[in-house]
Amino acid sequence: MKYELVAGLETHIELSTKTKIFCQCTTEFGGEPNTHCCPICMGMPGTLPKLNKKVVEYAVKAGLATNCKIRNISKMDRKNYVYPDLPKAYQISQFDMPLCYEGFIKLSSGRNININRIHIEEDAGKLVHERGDTYIDYNRGGVPLIEIVTEPDFRSIDEAVEYIEKLRLIMKYICVSDVKMQEGSLRCDVNISVREKGEEKLGTRTEIKNMNSLNFIAKAMEYEFNRHVDIIESGGKIEQETRRYDSDLNITESMRGKEDADDYRYFRDPDLVTISVSEEEIRKLKNELPQLPDEKLAVFVNEYGLPKDDAELLIKYKKIAEYYEEASKDSTNKKLASNYILSQIFRRLTTDSEKEECRISIPPEYLGQLIALIENKKITSSMASNTLEQMLDSGKPASEFLSEKDMQGIDEPQLREICIRAVNENAEAVKSYLEGKEKALKSIIGYIMKETKGKADAKLAAEIIMEVIKK
Amino acid sequence: MSRIKYIQNLLETKQISCVELTGKYLSSIEKQNPVLNAYVNVTGDEALKTAKIVDEKISLGQKLMPLEGIPMSLKDNISTKNIETTCCSKILRGYYPIFDATVWEILKKQNSVLLGKTNMDEFAMGSSCETSCFGVTLNPVNTECVAGGSSGGAAASVAGNMAVFGLGSDTGGSIRQPAAFCGLVGFKPTYGTVSRYGVVAYASSLDQVGPITDSVEDASIIYDTLSVYDSKDSTSSGSKISTHDKLNKSIKGLKIGVAKEFFEGIREDIKKSIEDAINIYEELGAEIIHFEMPKLKTVLPVYFIISCAEASSNLGRFDGIRYGYKTNSYKDINEMICKTRSEGFGREVKRRIMLGTYVLSSGYYDAYYKKAQNLRGSIILDFKKIFEKCDVILTPSTPVTAYKKGEALKDPIETYMMDICTVPVNIAGLPAISIPCGFDSDKMPIGMQIIGNSFEDYKVLNAAYQYEVQAKRDISPSMSPLPGDRR
Repeated sequence: MKYELVAGLETHIELSTKTKIFCQCTTEFGGEPNTHCCPICMGMPGTLPKLNKKVVEYAVKAGLATNCKIRNISKMDRKNYVYPDLPKAYQISQFDMPLCYEGFIKLSSGRNININRIHIEEDAGKLVHERGDTYIDYNRGGVPLIEIVTEPDFRSIDEAVEYIEKLRLIMKYICVSDVKMQEGSLRCDVNISVREKGEEKLGTRTEIKNMNSLNFIAKAMEYEFNRHVDIIESGGKIEQETRRYDSDLNITESMRGKEDADDYRYFRDPDLVTISVSEEEIRKLKNELPQLPDEKLAVFVNEYGLPKDDAELLIKYKKIAEYYEEASKDSTNKKLASNYILSQIFRRLTTDSEKEECRISIPPEYLGQLIALIENKKITSSMASNTLEQMLDSGKPASEFLSEKDMQGIDEPQLREICIRAVNENAEAVKSYLEGKEKALKSIIGYIMKETKGKADAKLAAEIIMEVIKK
Repeated sequence: MSRIKYIQNLLETKQISCVELTGKYLSSIEKQNPVLNAYVNVTGDEALKTAKIVDEKISLGQKLMPLEGIPMSLKDNISTKNIETTCCSKILRGYYPIFDATVWEILKKQNSVLLGKTNMDEFAMGSSCETSCFGVTLNPVNTECVAGGSSGGAAASVAGNMAVFGLGSDTGGSIRQPAAFCGLVGFKPTYGTVSRYGVVAYASSLDQVGPITDSVEDASIIYDTLSVYDSKDSTSSGSKISTHDKLNKSIKGLKIGVAKEFFEGIREDIKKSIEDAINIYEELGAEIIHFEMPKLKTVLPVYFIISCAEASSNLGRFDGIRYGYKTNSYKDINEMICKTRSEGFGREVKRRIMLGTYVLSSGYYDAYYKKAQNLRGSIILDFKKIFEKCDVILTPSTPVTAYKKGEALKDPIETYMMDICTVPVNIAGLPAISIPCGFDSDKMPIGMQIIGNSFEDYKVLNAAYQYEVQAKRDISPSMSPLPGDRR
């Protein structure tokens, strides 16, 4: 391929503060239309906005978690445009002094995607088309958003997808948003241009607006890339314009050209005062940040010795990662808990949301206890598997399914006794073994396992058997 | 003398009941309003209901709050729950707010008796009430003249003895100018001391609510009651200083600044009245300090750029979708919004929206809005420097006295020029008062303005009060203590 994709992303993320950005209304998703509204978020004449401090805190956290600098002094501006879902005919946003700026997210390839800015703003309401009519639901109006704008640093669709996934995960880890794409709490605009590989100059860009599915974003980017290439190949010129993606037809189509671009007439909102965030507040918020996904991944791989693939599966869901940490905290073999979670437990969590919410019927301590029994050779791994199934079925601890005796394990004198008995009772097998049939040993061990209900240490048993036979 | 205290005394000594008192005001309105057009909406039932509550309190021997039982009016841009609030614009006809403005909430808690909503220029844009969709308000002093504006209805309600006080709003002089035209006291407090919540915005960074009264003491009592921090208004500061307690301070040694620029283009008889007032101040022991204010000539363009820019944004919400006027026939949503606004707004409002949209447009922003903001900053600094040398500044309130109706509409630019003395105060967010200081040859009142430093409202009020006492102005000569009574 002779052409290179150049893309930048603008990502809108709804913050999960309890109340809206400028009033006391709930930010809860859904609800009967126009029930999460008040005169302020409906923009009634004479009402005034009052900035929710939590929004600033959440946005600063988002900035810190994406390596941004934080502005100590910033302000809110009005972005004027007319649309029925925008009750004041302006959106309160930030224009030239965004709260956070100059950050980056590192991709797995080691490449940095630079973040130009993160600013706070209010969401608009929603138009609902029903029975041939249009209705307006203002419930979403005034829900706080952050807009994260990257530099045109993406060179492939995969990079864009990875970036969004990473961004989502970070926001989830720092608990500033539930980033549910299907509910629209994460939406993306993509700026795309195409140039010949090796070319320094950027091509003319087009912007695809408002997509809320990773799949659609990838498809839209692919379509748009090919469209640009086709135009260039046929000697045409790309128009700078805003486009929308039609997921049914899998095409992008023009919404408006450069000439029709809105003039937002930004100016400082005189109803709101300067936002100041002190260095001390920034430090405090920084300290409140939890371990971020990349940091956790490094710990899981480098300190716990988990295979990278396994570690990635665990950190993909914040609550699962935390469950794992809790379950494995007393064990020396950190892989055990990971293995049980990724196999037996994950088999029961079939959907993404079940994993997301970590719907595991037993608390992590129970799994930890089971693992301790294995590590202390009290029970065998096959016993553990069976027990875990019973635990997961019932939500009860291992002790419910294992008797005193089961959990006692078998010490060496006991094992020696059983081994002697095994040798005596399996004369045929002993004979075969002595004739050089290595396999025969296995059947003797099998006998021991049966006798001990699987609790015997097979390796130790083999040593003892050979010792006994040699005598 | 304070009319508020006079009336509260009558109530507390049971010389008159609040219901009776309210009845007198209501019949005064009934008699005069058809001519004066001060009120656009009279809330008689509500008023009598409140009056009854006050009478019960009095019968129980309870002490009255400072504004309890006082019949008053609200400008029609102050939101009143379940009472139509139109800003005197066709576009807001039929709009009944579902919440109260903070200032009305405060007065409601005080059991102030709301007589009704007063006329104003449409969205407070104008200086004669002639842009109101309800027509002009006439001046009770001389009904051939306008009452001024934009709070003309508020002024006429007081001057016509149809209310004890009126609350108005002042963006460029809208309280002080009608007060001056009607021979009253109009006080525009420091920006932020009185909540703007629920006051339909014209220009958010300039708007401020204040009283129109017939005595400085009443203005002080009302201001003290209203200047409370409001968490609903981010720009609210409130004020903890009681201006009323500081009213009797001697002004010996008070430094009064006077700048010649404020007297340029002022009618000679008005200049003379102000000079007389200056003499009175000197007699009272004040020191007159002359200073220069070369930037005064920039204040009008700065004011019009900033106020129109903000207005163009503030008035965007009137689209016919949620409340107020909506056009009858339309093809689609764009046409609906466009027609609603074309039909709903009057000429002056449209003019200012267009001007404001223009100065904010990309390509023009730097040349107009940004430059105006920079100039605003330097005007604020100039005032700061002046107040290092002076306690208050004395100027005329208006270049002319109340004019005949129809005159203001002839030439908008000329009319804008009439705001030259009042506008700088809003640009700098300062407190200022207009008080009567004489009459012209047609017996129309002349007003003088006293401007103070930010949050020194008490100095402004005391300086005005001292003059009022010295000049022996009792209740306005044209007015009887209560409507209908003989003086």
